[in-house]
Amino acid sequence: MTTTNEQWINVCKPDDLIDNAGVCALINDNQQVALFSLPSQPERVFAITNYDPIGSANVLYRGIVGCQNGEPIVASPLYKQQYSLRTGKCIQEETAVTCFKTRIAEGYVQIFRE
Amino acid sequence: MSKQCRVVIVGNGMVGHHCVEQLIELQQQDVKIDITVLSAESRLAYDRVHLSEFFAGKSAQDLALTDESTYDSWQVNYRTNAKVIDIDRENKSISTHVGESFCYDKLILATGSYPFVPPIPGGEQPHCLVYRTIEDLLAIEKSASTSKVGVVIGGGLLGLEAANALKQLGLKTHVVEFAPQLMAVQVDAGGGQVLKEKIEALGVSVHTSKATTSISRGDTYRYKLIFSDDSELETDMILFSAGIRPHDQLARDCQLTVGERGGVTINQQCQTSDPNIYAIGECALFNQMIYGLVAPGYSMAKTAAQHILALPDASQFSGADMSTKLKLMGVDVGSIGDAHAKTEGALCYTYVNQPAGIYKKIVVSEDNQRLLGAVLIGDTSEYDTLLQYKLNDITLPESPETLILPMAENKPTLGADALPDTATICSCLNVTKGDITQAIDQGSCTVADVKSCTKASSGCGGCAALLKSVVDSELESRGVEVKKDICQHFPFSRRELFDIVKIEKIRSFDELLTKHGQGLGCEICKPTAGSILASVWNDYILANEHLALQDTNDNFLANMQKDGTYSVVPRIPGGEITPEKLIKIGEVAQQYKLYTKITGGQRIDMFGARVEQLPEIWKTLIEAGLETGHAYGKSVRTVKSCVGSTWCRFGVQDSVSMAIAIENRYKGIRAPHKLKFAVSGCTRECAEAQSKDIGIIATDKGWNLYVCGNGGMKPRHADLFATDLDDTTLIQYIDRILAFYIQTAERLQRTSVWLESLEGGLAYLQQVVIEDHIGICQSLEQHMTEIIGKYQCEWTTTLNNPEALKRFKQFVNSDESDENIQFVTERNQIRPATEAEKSNQVIAVEVL
Ligand code: SRM
Ligand SMILES: Cc1cc2nc3c(=O)[nH]c(=O)nc-3n(C[C@H](O)[C@H](O)[C@H](O)COP(=O)(O)OP(=O)(O)OC[C@H]3O[C@@H](n4cnc5c(N)ncnc54)[C@H](O)[C@@H]3O)c2cc1C
Ligand code: SF4
Ligand code: FES
Repeated sequence: MTTTNEQWINVCKPDDLIDNAGVCALINDNQQVALFSLPSQPERVFAITNYDPIGSANVLYRGIVGCQNGEPIVASPLYKQQYSLRTGKCIQEETAVTCFKTRIAEGYVQIFRE
Repeated sequence: MSKQCRVVIVGNGMVGHHCVEQLIELQQQDVKIDITVLSAESRLAYDRVHLSEFFAGKSAQDLALTDESTYDSWQVNYRTNAKVIDIDRENKSISTHVGESFCYDKLILATGSYPFVPPIPGGEQPHCLVYRTIEDLLAIEKSASTSKVGVVIGGGLLGLEAANALKQLGLKTHVVEFAPQLMAVQVDAGGGQVLKEKIEALGVSVHTSKATTSISRGDTYRYKLIFSDDSELETDMILFSAGIRPHDQLARDCQLTVGERGGVTINQQCQTSDPNIYAIGECALFNQMIYGLVAPGYSMAKTAAQHILALPDASQFSGADMSTKLKLMGVDVGSIGDAHAKTEGALCYTYVNQPAGIYKKIVVSEDNQRLLGAVLIGDTSEYDTLLQYKLNDITLPESPETLILPMAENKPTLGADALPDTATICSCLNVTKGDITQAIDQGSCTVADVKSCTKASSGCGGCAALLKSVVDSELESRGVEVKKDICQHFPFSRRELFDIVKIEKIRSFDELLTKHGQGLGCEICKPTAGSILASVWNDYILANEHLALQDTNDNFLANMQKDGTYSVVPRIPGGEITPEKLIKIGEVAQQYKLYTKITGGQRIDMFGARVEQLPEIWKTLIEAGLETGHAYGKSVRTVKSCVGSTWCRFGVQDSVSMAIAIENRYKGIRAPHKLKFAVSGCTRECAEAQSKDIGIIATDKGWNLYVCGNGGMKPRHADLFATDLDDTTLIQYIDRILAFYIQTAERLQRTSVWLESLEGGLAYLQQVVIEDHIGICQSLEQHMTEIIGKYQCEWTTTLNNPEALKRFKQFVNSDESDENIQFVTERNQIRPATEAEKSNQVIAVEVL
């Protein structure tokens, strides 16, 4: 489904995103990535791993997005901890999820894999 | 008083500094006072009370109470590293150890006290330290860096603080106390025992009834303490905390009167035996008492300042309350008044909960009318209330023990409005309720305003909660609405947002945010706004503009379970179901291998559905005539019923028909929280209606209506609202009550809590709903009719909406399922695999 272009990976079409909410995509090595579209932010698209390390389930894309002191966040739908979409850091607990750089190019939403 | 007055203050501790502040604040235009401050320490005043926070990361700068530029701007002369060594009373001058001298008209001694180091042989060695100044802390830190074990000699309040510091520095810590118990001044023997147990549980060893006789070289560690019972204890460092002694040498040298056991004797104006010399703080002796706390010192500073300035209504110092509340190593400790029950005829009530480490004692007067003292260990939640009883001499309730017993019914608490104006709210800064009221009258309208205006709560901080409740209640009584902002994105309460949405006819979150909020919203305001929009307009909840607002449950029209799967709950109105529908539910559960359970709400829940399976499952259920049960929404859940007069030999009305009618009437409406109803066919009450938000019980003349009951976390018995109603009136009342609740309750407030917080309570609700007291019944009914008219089965709508259906896919770019969802079998049904089972890959194993 996904193809590699150097290290930018095509993930899905921009149309697959939902503004101010999340969707989930599967990338090549079976990893689940939660994608959020926030039209009001300069980055526009944010990507983090979908696994909620506290609830131990693949659910982060179903969380509510918003901001906390200006920092865009998603709140886990299970136990409501907030994760920064810019850094992946959990605001309430000592844990974090992985963040990916994103862009929209060549008609795709792409993320950068290091 | 002369036009020019030279005031010299010896000592710039907390109290000396407070006196400077008072003089600056109170000085009048026509007199020029010229203040000189001399400090033996290398820095200006800092917060000694919070000294221990130095080891928790605070810097000397964080602890500072003032700085050079502030003193400069106040035109206060100051010298640091300037120890006063002589007072020449005749010439009214003092001189410092570097030979500088200053003349005074008024001299204030604020020299504080020093730690007493008992004369134990070997006690003067390098790693034997004290705990009083920032310099002491630096020395302790240095010594600790080459030490493994530390001992504190003295188990009083300061000794325990010092022990905490050693523990924070990573040392194995011991406390050695001469008396048979810890904190013997503030706490009685029983409390001391519980305190000891708690502190030992934190890893600090406590040795009571131990008198240290000498300190010699150790075998394993640096030193060895030898006790009078010949036992020994080895350690690398020693902190003495065996009490404080007033710094009164200066006063002795110039023949001022001092107490037998030290302290400069003062009168009610804080003057010493020389009327031009004052003494304040821990060096002063009033009525044979030295007050080792900052609050009494502040009162003395104020008194002295007012007296020097010859203010007309100058205060007098007449002793102080020594009650304290503190946290020692995380253990809550409170002591009020006569903790040891020394008053003639005093009676005690004690509550001990050893497993939880809680000890509470109150001491009351012989006639059981007044509180004399209290000791609280492990739980100081009643401290504020008890202190108010004590300080204001409030008559005790009939059974005083209810003040400290857990779970006592109708536990008496003193609401802020019950306190007299003279009640001290902040004892550190001596701020009364009257001062706070005055500040509010003069325009303060937040806790922060009141704080900066009265200085309340700027000392130990222990009064913060009480201060807030006084400010809130005062503001409320003036008709100022106390802000109940729902979150940082909207400066409004739910109720205000509701009115905004309704009046401005706002139909989307974006519109609401642009017009009245800021930022992007969050998981608090988005669902709240979603619920309000639904309550007002009842539009389709998955319409594009509402999509991102809902909690995942509303968003996927199902309840998320711990593993990310969902549960499916069809509506079964009144608990009545045909065998055909029952079979269909069984077939669906079988086909999708769902775990099936009868719920506590008289319906059937199927668990373990993957997000991508939800639409197909609902398609089958809807084809069989079932509809969504809104188990996911803040909306009507179930109307529980008993079988009623159709079958039951005792039934007096048809409870099932009524339950079904009500469930169908109110299903789907969104409320601040979920709603649960029940209808019982007779007074035997098999449907448990008196624990529901709306409870209906049949009578032979009609229906009794009960309101605002609750099961759940804090059960509340419902209140009887009206009796013997006919069907039409019953529905009319319920319409009005629910609409009123929806419009006025706060976010996530069940009807029970809402009624408790409704001013006027049940009687007011009856006036509004039955008598139309405020003339809104028509609009309440109209609101209800409108939203009922817009009911839709959200699953039916969703299945007809390809856009909405697109979201019920785990991945936007693949048809795979989430492989982290795994089940094992238990009692012939599935359940989520545990993490251990997942990693062992024992997926299809039967677990008994
Ligand atoms: C399924 C069920 C348990 C069961 O297997 O029997 C259940 C399950 C849940 N309850 Fe419940 N409650 C269930 C009956 C009850 C009852 C009994 C009743 O309704 O008669 C109560 C006490 C009565 C009451 O509410 O006054 C009850 C009091 C709660 C509470 C506490 C509410 C309170 O006011 O204190 C919560 C937490 C909350 O809502 O904030 C809660 C929350 C929940 C949640 C939503 C927790 C969650 O977020 O995951 C559970 C998920 C439901 C799901 O996945 O479908 N559940 N829950 C019952 C569903 C009934 C139904 O058919 O809809
Ligand atoms: C660790 C610790 C925790 C505490 N916790 C609390 C608490 O929780 N609540 C509470 O109410 N109280 C507490 N206290 C007590 C409180 O700090 C004192 O009551 C208060 O600081 C007394 O203020 P003071 O100005 O009278 O004396 P000090 O703060 O001792 O100040 C006196 C100053 O005068 C200087 N001085 C002395 N002699 C001379 C001289 N000849 N010439 C020039 N300068 C001189 C000293 O160097 C010192 O700087 C605590 C004390 C300590 C040490
Ligand atoms: S009681 Fe607790 S665990 Fe049981 S269903 Fe209700 S919320 Fe879940
Ligand atoms: S009581 Fe200590 S700050 Fe108010």
